[in-house]
Amino acid sequence: MSVMNLVQAINNALDIKLADDPNVIVYGEDVGVEGGVFRVTENLQKKYGEERVFDSPLAEAAIAGSGLGMAIAGLRPIVEMQFDGFSYPALNQIISHISRIRNRSRNKYHAPMVIRFPYGGGINALEHHSESPEAIFAQCPGLQVVIPSTPYDAKGLLISAIESEDPVIFMEPKRLYRAIKQEVPEEKYTIPIGKANVLSKGDQITVIAYGAMVREVQRAMVMLKDKGISVELVDLRTIYPIDRDTIRESVQKTGRALIVTEAPSRFGPAAELVTIVTEEAFLHLEAPPVRLSGFDTIIPLPLGEHYYLITPEGIAYEIEKLVKF
Amino acid sequence: MIESYDPQKNAMIQIMDKTGKIIGSPNMIKINDEDILAAYKTMLFNRTADLMAVGYQRQGRMYTYPPNLGQEAIAAAAGKVMKEEDWLVPAFREMGAWLSKGAELHEIFMYFRGDERGSRYEKANRMLPSAVPIASQLQYAAGIAYAMKFRKEKSVVFAFVGDGGTSEGDFHEAMNFASVWKAPLICIIQNNQFAISMPIKKQTNSVNLASKAIAYGIPGIQVDGNDYLAMLDVITEAREYTEKGKGPLLIEAVTYRQGAHTTSDDPTRYRTDEEEKLWLERDPLLRLRLYLQEKKLISEKAEEELVQTYRKQVDAEFDIAENYSEYPLDDVFNHLYSVVPEELKRQKKAYEQFILATGGTK
Repeated sequence: MSVMNLVQAINNALDIKLADDPNVIVYGEDVGVEGGVFRVTENLQKKYGEERVFDSPLAEAAIAGSGLGMAIAGLRPIVEMQFDGFSYPALNQIISHISRIRNRSRNKYHAPMVIRFPYGGGINALEHHSESPEAIFAQCPGLQVVIPSTPYDAKGLLISAIESEDPVIFMEPKRLYRAIKQEVPEEKYTIPIGKANVLSKGDQITVIAYGAMVREVQRAMVMLKDKGISVELVDLRTIYPIDRDTIRESVQKTGRALIVTEAPSRFGPAAELVTIVTEEAFLHLEAPPVRLSGFDTIIPLPLGEHYYLITPEGIAYEIEKLVKF
Repeated sequence: MIESYDPQKNAMIQIMDKTGKIIGSPNMIKINDEDILAAYKTMLFNRTADLMAVGYQRQGRMYTYPPNLGQEAIAAAAGKVMKEEDWLVPAFREMGAWLSKGAELHEIFMYFRGDERGSRYEKANRMLPSAVPIASQLQYAAGIAYAMKFRKEKSVVFAFVGDGGTSEGDFHEAMNFASVWKAPLICIIQNNQFAISMPIKKQTNSVNLASKAIAYGIPGIQVDGNDYLAMLDVITEAREYTEKGKGPLLIEAVTYRQGAHTTSDDPTRYRTDEEEKLWLERDPLLRLRLYLQEKKLISEKAEEELVQTYRKQVDAEFDIAENYSEYPLDDVFNHLYSVVPEELKRQKKAYEQFILATGGTK
């Protein structure tokens, strides 16, 4: 065991897989010499050489698209989009080819690759650096979308993603990169894709969150500690394939559901989760399920960002309202 | 030749002119009558199948089909050079190229009959299926080429794109990546003069499409794409060049799409009879036929017999496609992931319940 933050845990997962499998390749903008703008890939080029860990020319579509070619040819590329908002040029490759090659070739070819990028707000960044576009990817048949909330989860989920035979969009909550430290085993372990994690048991209300929102919910729970509200916190871990069983089990027990996402509300992951809650636990519900999500706006620049961001206070307020409904 | 060719000077590489006369001397290949006859037969089969495909579509037995009439020499030449271990990354107007890599005709027909089971191309090693979005296939072609280099395989990637595709950003990105990586990629632009209705002169201000290579620091060569020998010679040299680790190349094959963009298109809206007539005179099969007839290697009667034989083969292949087993519901769900996710199983089950409840069979 050693204490790692999220950046170190992801770096450690990449390191393990680079050592473990000669077909693993890591590239993207500035991931080589510099080790990534967040230093997630630090020292990997030094350790594994420029053929396996390298800086690519600056074109997100070709980073993703060439990764598909490598995957078709039997390699396991892990490519980085430098920021959430810069993943959009790659959408054509991701939606039109990466997610479809298995289907289009009737299983003859497939795309074992990971597209990873930092996502979300809270770091006072420029425009296009604070977005939560998981819904775009989650809607795309053929993709898996994974969002860890802790260093331990990030390592185990990323190793699973690299070993998966299907493409994974791996979104890293950048505001947590250096904010949480945790004991993480140094050896290899995996956490299955598609399984949620019940972080706290409770019986009055289910709160479903993932990524950076998990910590905000936990802070809200601390605020509510003296009010005697029993919260069950479900960390989704994977947006797709979604863990319907865990959601069903929890909400059938609690009868109340609050969904917390930083992604915009409209047509977002929270809408999907509310649907699942309604389909699976309608007759158990004591209150309408509520989504606490980003506004349907562009995430504001730093001076307005606090209006947009989900806070522990906001979450605690919604939990209390729902429990009293 | 490839390295000394300057695309800005706009020379057109040609070995056989439109009358079937040898006017240029090849750099790499030997002109061999037997090979020419074999190539002619390959192209004639391709043309027969292509014309019949349009016919099946007109009979309502196939859906939208993009004919490659007039472009047969490019695929025949590439097919001749391509090795078993080489990769073919096609666009979508690629009947000839698919056949050359070992795709079976009934698979191609199945695909254009809307039966996705056709696009597995079981026997075609290292051949990618149809890519419909323009030029985006070049990006994974560049990635495959990187993988070949990384693994030190003696394998090169043949990628096809049209003239319109050179306007896409994907074209530029892919060529730049392949060049930076010195990856073994041969990109063949089939300049058939039109992107649906858009003529090449409105597509670009470049002197030709080969000259776009200058920006990537790689060779670009403009070749008469209706001249089988010229295509064969240039592609042969290109394969040798890139296999040596010198990086990618761009070959502009100048040709003409004699048919419609697809069976849904009406080219009379955007081109003239005179233009079509001019290009019919430059037809890739015509000049080989004139050459072979001159050498008494093929007679009109022998050709007629060949075509009859091919027609029977094509009909037999179409018969396989048309009478294939019923398309199963499973096929819709089974190829998205290595393991079908619970959500998809749930949706399939709900559909089956609906079918059973309303008296159907699944």
